[in-house]
Amino acid sequence: MQRLSLTLMGDTMMEQKPRIGVYVCHCGVNIAAVVDVERVARAAAELPGVVVARDNTYMCSDPGQALIKQDIREHGLNRVVVASCSPRMHERTFRAVAQQEGVNPYQVEMANIREQCSWVHRDKGRATEKAGLLISSAVAKATRLEPLEQREVDVTPGVVIIGGGVAGMTVALDVANTGLPAYLVERQKSLGGRVAELNRTFPSLQPVSELLPPLIARVQDHPNVTVFLRSCVSQVEGYIGNFEVEISGYGETGTPVGGDPGSKSDAPRAGLSVGAIIVATGYDVFDPDRTPELGYRDYPNVITSLEMEERLIRGDLTVDGRSPERVAFVKCVGSRDARVGNSHCSRVCCMYTAKQSRLVREMLPEADVTVFYIDVRAFGKGGEEFYDEARSQGVRYRRGNVSEIYRKRSAPGVDGGLAPHAGAGPVVLVAEDTLLGQPIEFEADLVVLAVGMEPRKDAGVIQQLLKLPRSADGFFLEAHPKLRPVDTAMDGIFLAGCCQGPKDIADTVTQAKAAASSALIPLIRGSVPVESASAVVNEELCAGCAMCVDVCPYDAPTIANLWRTSRINPVLCKGCGACAVTCPSSAIRLQHFTAAQVLAQVDALVQ
Amino acid sequence: MSDQACEAKPAAQLAAASPEPRFEPKIVAFLCNWCTYTGADLAGTSRIQYPPNVRIIRLMCSGSVDPTYVLKPLLDGADGVLIGGCHPGDCHYQSGNYKARRRTIALKEILRSAGIDETRVWLRWISASEGQRFADTVTEMTEFLREKGPNPMRTEWAV
Repeated sequence: MQRLSLTLMGDTMMEQKPRIGVYVCHCGVNIAAVVDVERVARAAAELPGVVVARDNTYMCSDPGQALIKQDIREHGLNRVVVASCSPRMHERTFRAVAQQEGVNPYQVEMANIREQCSWVHRDKGRATEKAGLLISSAVAKATRLEPLEQREVDVTPGVVIIGGGVAGMTVALDVANTGLPAYLVERQKSLGGRVAELNRTFPSLQPVSELLPPLIARVQDHPNVTVFLRSCVSQVEGYIGNFEVEISGYGETGTPVGGDPGSKSDAPRAGLSVGAIIVATGYDVFDPDRTPELGYRDYPNVITSLEMEERLIRGDLTVDGRSPERVAFVKCVGSRDARVGNSHCSRVCCMYTAKQSRLVREMLPEADVTVFYIDVRAFGKGGEEFYDEARSQGVRYRRGNVSEIYRKRSAPGVDGGLAPHAGAGPVVLVAEDTLLGQPIEFEADLVVLAVGMEPRKDAGVIQQLLKLPRSADGFFLEAHPKLRPVDTAMDGIFLAGCCQGPKDIADTVTQAKAAASSALIPLIRGSVPVESASAVVNEELCAGCAMCVDVCPYDAPTIANLWRTSRINPVLCKGCGACAVTCPSSAIRLQHFTAAQVLAQVDALVQ
Repeated sequence: MSDQACEAKPAAQLAAASPEPRFEPKIVAFLCNWCTYTGADLAGTSRIQYPPNVRIIRLMCSGSVDPTYVLKPLLDGADGVLIGGCHPGDCHYQSGNYKARRRTIALKEILRSAGIDETRVWLRWISASEGQRFADTVTEMTEFLREKGPNPMRTEWAV
């Protein structure tokens, strides 16, 4: 069991009396124009424990940093307080400065007198007073700061990839090509995912049959890739660098089966030790049963775009043995539609509709091909050009959302003219042409509903298993929409492909390669740094009530030892402090934010 | 001076003339690192002005605000305590803000039974992108407490 020892970097400062240096930054005029920096520096020099207090034009500059280093050497400082910008800006800088001079980086404290003082207050007197209080609060905390060890844990090489579609296979190959083992887990009995259901890709019109089988073969033949078909991940324990993943067989019923009673070698039960997990579980196709007004269940000649792909693969577009004369596409079915719970754009429908409409024009040059759309979003490389080409080939685009599809009562003699819903015959699309500003009714022999992507109905299983948050649209949430698009809130777990949000194949591959490289960073480095400001248990006070176990979102505390007291795994602990507040015995201390430190800050602020 | 003459004087003049300075409440704020503290930083980078009555203590999560962190400043004479966390569903630690919410409700119950005015404790969800909301909250709370007057603990507790 790992325990956080307080072995010190540098010397044993814990035993030493605090010797604090306070540095008040002018930040040019950003702070100095409002706060009387010289006065607050003079006042800081009088605070208990403060050995030296200075002000300087730019503390983050090289001369500013040199000043701190020199003082640490000359005055034997063991704690540094910098009053300047937000710690979110420069805490790292000043921690590094301290560390270079042998002061533990966790014995640096910052007073935010720019973002939270000089930039938000104009009254110089009161701003100066507040800056003084913030500095005395920082000094009070610094006095009680303890040195913490920057910890690293070794990692287990290897990556588990959940989902054997294009995203998962791309990740597996990138991982395997570095020489590390990749374990690809797929529920179905073959690899390929949703792309296997498609005919050609946009905008190149390359047949999927040229694209997918070679990729599958490369994955299956790779010596470093282990493929688990008809399998699922049934249990995950551990943390970044050291996950224990259990693989179970996946039955036809959609539930994990114990061992592999039915399916021979296809579904072995395995326990894997890996350093990272990639989620590439893909998406569900919108079910047009949820838009009954479009008549998908009622009329056989109203089909989904995936059924259209299948027809294009077969090369058969006939309806009741006849070639359709009028083909209509309806876009945004199940996308951009808050009524069905999907406010998002599925990002691929505009392009695949352009592709399908072009292919229909090629196969049926005589047919009228009309696309009903809200907006055309032909983004991406070659997208707009492809859409222009579709229009120049005679595909008609009509701006208007289709509100209803119905069939007129058949003429007598066709099917008796009685049942409005039975048999064949054209259907009527009711829409408003928003460019003409008038309602229209449009007859078509074949209607293709461009259904969108939505989160998998069973995404909750993975969410529970890996403790992944999901965004409002139901897809898995990335750690940051711009700067950490493949990371998750859980260290060591990454996202690839449509489980994070709708995307086309090119974007999926891009993201898969990004996820692979992010996951490989700790694996190639060999170790990962872990949060030092974790919670620790005083086992002499702990009563073993396990309330900390209940309250921890990361399963960091366990009651496992002989004395039935709690122990917190510092690698799993993220330092949120929930357990420290919950503990009825006050046996848990959140390091770097201890009650003693916080209450000392309160004392300094409420004078 | 007659009462009528007093009334005729504009309020600003009265304030300037009175020797008693305007009451400035002290507010201690515990802000979570990921949302509200960052929101307060954004108020700064956006130069949104608010009263300097608030003094901020940075914590990692609103769920780590111990009841003593709220009680101590109130007993020591602070006029208000602000707890700032992420919006429901946005907690960096998944559920810390829910824990803060439950704990604050319980704490207010205790404050009430102890005869301490629980309206001096505010819990607010302010995200990292809501700099304006942070500034507005501080302004609103300062005005609210100025109206309410000094925390009686300031005088009563000092025996």
